[in-house]
Amino acid sequence: MELCDLSALELSRLLRRREVSAQEILDSTLERIRAVDGRPGTLEPGEALPEDARRIHAFISFTEDQARAQAQAVDRQLAAGEDPGLLAGIPFTVKDIFCVRGTYSTAASRILANFRAPYTATPVERMLAAGGLMIGKVNLDEFTYGSSNESSAFQPSPRNPWNLDRVPGGSSGGSAASVAAGEAALSLGTDTAGSIRQPAAFCGVVGMKPTYGRVSRYGLIAFASSLDCPGPLARTVADAALMLRVIAGPDEHDGTAALVEVPDYLAELERGVRGLRIGLSPDYFRITAPNPDGSLNEEPIAPEIERAVLDAARRLREMGAEIIEDVPMPNTRYGIPAYFVISRVEAASNLHRYDGAKYGYRTPDPVDDLHAMYRRSRAQGFGLQPKLRILMGMYVSAAQYSAQYYRRALRVRTLIRRDFDRIFDPSGPYRLNALLTPTTPTTAFGMGAVYGDSVLMQYADQLTVPSNHAGIPGVSLPAGFDAAGLPIGIQLLGPDFSEADLLRIGRAYELATAGEPWRAARPAIFDAAR
Amino acid sequence: MTEYEAVIGLETHIQLNTITKIFCACKADSWFDPPNTNICPVCTGLPGVLPVLNRAVVEKAVLLAAAMHSEVRPLSFFDRKNYFYPDLPKGYQISQYDCSLAAGGYMDVPMPQGYVRRVNIHKLHIEEDAGKTKNAGGVRLIDFNRCGVPLVEMVTGPDLRSGDEAAQYLIRLRQLLRWLGVSEADMEKGHLRCDANVSIRPRGADYLNPKTEIKNVNSIDAVREAITREIERQIHETEAGRRIEAWTLDWDEETGRLSKMRSKETEADYRYFREPDLLPVRLDDAWRDAILAQLPELPLARRARFMADYGLPEYDAELLTGERGLSDYFESAVKAYGGDPKRISNWLLNDVMRMLNDRGMSASELKITPTHLAEIVKLVDADTINTSTGKALLVKVQESGRAPAEIVQAEGLAQVKDDAAIRAVVEAILQANPKEVQAYRGGKTTLMGWFVGQVMRQMKGKADPNLARRVLEELLG
Repeated sequence: MELCDLSALELSRLLRRREVSAQEILDSTLERIRAVDGRPGTLEPGEALPEDARRIHAFISFTEDQARAQAQAVDRQLAAGEDPGLLAGIPFTVKDIFCVRGTYSTAASRILANFRAPYTATPVERMLAAGGLMIGKVNLDEFTYGSSNESSAFQPSPRNPWNLDRVPGGSSGGSAASVAAGEAALSLGTDTAGSIRQPAAFCGVVGMKPTYGRVSRYGLIAFASSLDCPGPLARTVADAALMLRVIAGPDEHDGTAALVEVPDYLAELERGVRGLRIGLSPDYFRITAPNPDGSLNEEPIAPEIERAVLDAARRLREMGAEIIEDVPMPNTRYGIPAYFVISRVEAASNLHRYDGAKYGYRTPDPVDDLHAMYRRSRAQGFGLQPKLRILMGMYVSAAQYSAQYYRRALRVRTLIRRDFDRIFDPSGPYRLNALLTPTTPTTAFGMGAVYGDSVLMQYADQLTVPSNHAGIPGVSLPAGFDAAGLPIGIQLLGPDFSEADLLRIGRAYELATAGEPWRAARPAIFDAAR
Repeated sequence: MTEYEAVIGLETHIQLNTITKIFCACKADSWFDPPNTNICPVCTGLPGVLPVLNRAVVEKAVLLAAAMHSEVRPLSFFDRKNYFYPDLPKGYQISQYDCSLAAGGYMDVPMPQGYVRRVNIHKLHIEEDAGKTKNAGGVRLIDFNRCGVPLVEMVTGPDLRSGDEAAQYLIRLRQLLRWLGVSEADMEKGHLRCDANVSIRPRGADYLNPKTEIKNVNSIDAVREAITREIERQIHETEAGRRIEAWTLDWDEETGRLSKMRSKETEADYRYFREPDLLPVRLDDAWRDAILAQLPELPLARRARFMADYGLPEYDAELLTGERGLSDYFESAVKAYGGDPKRISNWLLNDVMRMLNDRGMSASELKITPTHLAEIVKLVDADTINTSTGKALLVKVQESGRAPAEIVQAEGLAQVKDDAAIRAVVEAILQANPKEVQAYRGGKTTLMGWFVGQVMRQMKGKADPNLARRVLEELLG
């Protein structure tokens, strides 16, 4: 156990007792990165090197100097008896979809590879102001478009620390991998359809998608603006709670950031689950996807994952929660098709600004006119995923198709929201505090196994995307391993602004399983890197 | 020969005079600033930025909508209008589409010929401006200062019938915008921009023919001129048996010519959808009432009232309601005066305005309060001072800011009504000018004016001219 393997709260305790310094924490973290991360993602990776397959490659760029300066400042403040902030001395990584002043903020795309942001995203700003040590920017699917991290223009793409032949998930793959491997205690990710929770599940860490508007999106390079949520990835529930407390809250730069007071999530954490009503829905134990002929195919989720969810339900019941079974969530199956349409309309529009005219990539080829410059720059600057999303987004928002696709998808979104309203309604038939579900239908898939098949990869998000449509919070918790030794994630969903309750249930589950042997397991990377 | 009538609709873009831009804290007006100095990550559309609505924009737009008799929606939405252009940094313009701030409305425009033209409003919404593109020697230069400047787009129905009518509408619109304090409405500075849609049809027909759109007109005179030219062209083409095609025309101010910019066969698909980065505009009763409490009496209503209540001729009422400040000033002065409002109107429109014009000042720089003006007119009415002293007194009040009575007292400006004092001066003048006395007595009675002038001069303008005349007549008779 190194310093860098300790939780943020433990580090904070040691630091405040002056048993370790921020610089020692930083040194331990940097040493871990040198040991396990390998070369960072780059636009020109050349031939794969033999050791690439034995490294994580979570990072795109490092901010070691800034972290060092911040660590020194924290140590000075502590020496002077000042309060250095809630995240003082805690190493964290930032998904490279956030603008941070002076850093390349690439969105893992060639088109923004040379874009140095002149301002800092609000959640990052808040973590820095709380004394956090930003170690670097971590990899993701290009513009967050993916669930495996393989679509990044910066290769090699990250690998799963528990099994280096598997993907870390995505799009916050670098975030989940860096936290799982002890390269940081915390990471700031984003979740549009499951992009925090799915990689958290694949990498065996905690990942929370807060209520839409709970955390400011200012500085988050937009994918689907009505769905995007920044949120924490951490190794423990308490660390996620700590980080959420720092990043949440109103922001004068984001009119959609909620003006709802931020509770002290840590103070609520140990209150247990007695009296809470937690639901299980059969609609979350199967995946419904279209066959090539248009008929629907229904498949159960992986049995080991189902068992993990039911085991969690049993433990929570034993701790005093009331488990309500057979909660109907009939519109769950339409989440992915509606997401396909809505997210792509917003994405295509959000990508308009990357035109080669003002910043980012511009074609070096000679061009005849402005439009040729646009076409060439975008053709060369965007990878496959942005192009697919632009094509589909332009198609379904065209005047003659909009009613059939876009506006219909918005109606579906309303229906999904109603499913949740009904089960969380305090005077309704279910009166749930939370819904307990699997996070993903499978554990981490192999590198290259699903990539390229965009539809199949999307259906991996079927259990996470409904909460993005509805705007409600969700958290994925590590819940053991399957027979192949891959982490399993379980998910808790709750009504708007119920993060405190979800974290509290998560913490109860963590305590209930504290003695399980799987809690002591260490990622395979530590052997591979030795 | 067919008689034709023109069918004209105007699309106006009104720059609201807020201090900051619509979605960021940058200064809104950049007329005097070098390119790209009032910009930030938000208005230049950098990755990751978000718009935050400036409430003052909504407030000014609501005032305008109310003044245009539009129905203000309690809930309205922003939408994205997607298109590529280098001066549109996000690749979409934040605008309002199918559920905009206001619906419907009209303005009744009085025409100089005496009739009133009702101009219906088809569209009234809030949006952000784009930047400015300039081509210079094969290089395309972009100024982002204008990005995010708040605009109201207002589109009329096809209700105007001539270039003159269009000009009258714009004159009344400009007056209204300044009156409400929502826009500087200066066409030369682009605060008020106008595109005109023009078609013709046989007089009395109820269908619409293909229209052309005239762009780039930068003054009200140019709008009148360009429309008049285009109507002539369309009649000429139609008479020659040619079809009018839906062109976009460019007006060249220098040459006074219209030229074809492009054909407009297909409508662009802007793929409008709700702007997810902004909440809907919720105009609850409290907010709306607070805004509408600021809605003043409108210029045309006040013009009518001045004629009805004060018995002013239309000419006076029109001039007095040209600017809200002037009309307020007039009313205050009338109240302080208590006499015939026409006297105040005369003093204000002739003497005060002349003084302002002579000094190149605006009404806001006036130090003479309405009470001061009323006091001066009252002093003249009471013969305490004569008219010319009254006019001189205007200047003295303006320069010193002191009250008129105080100046009259301090400088001894009151008319000399003392018969003996005037008599002494008259006698001295008669003695000193025997030739003129002789000529007068010989029948050249027109010299009376000269004698009165001499008395006034000797007495530094303070003599009561009527009294001086009586004494002169007596002593010369």
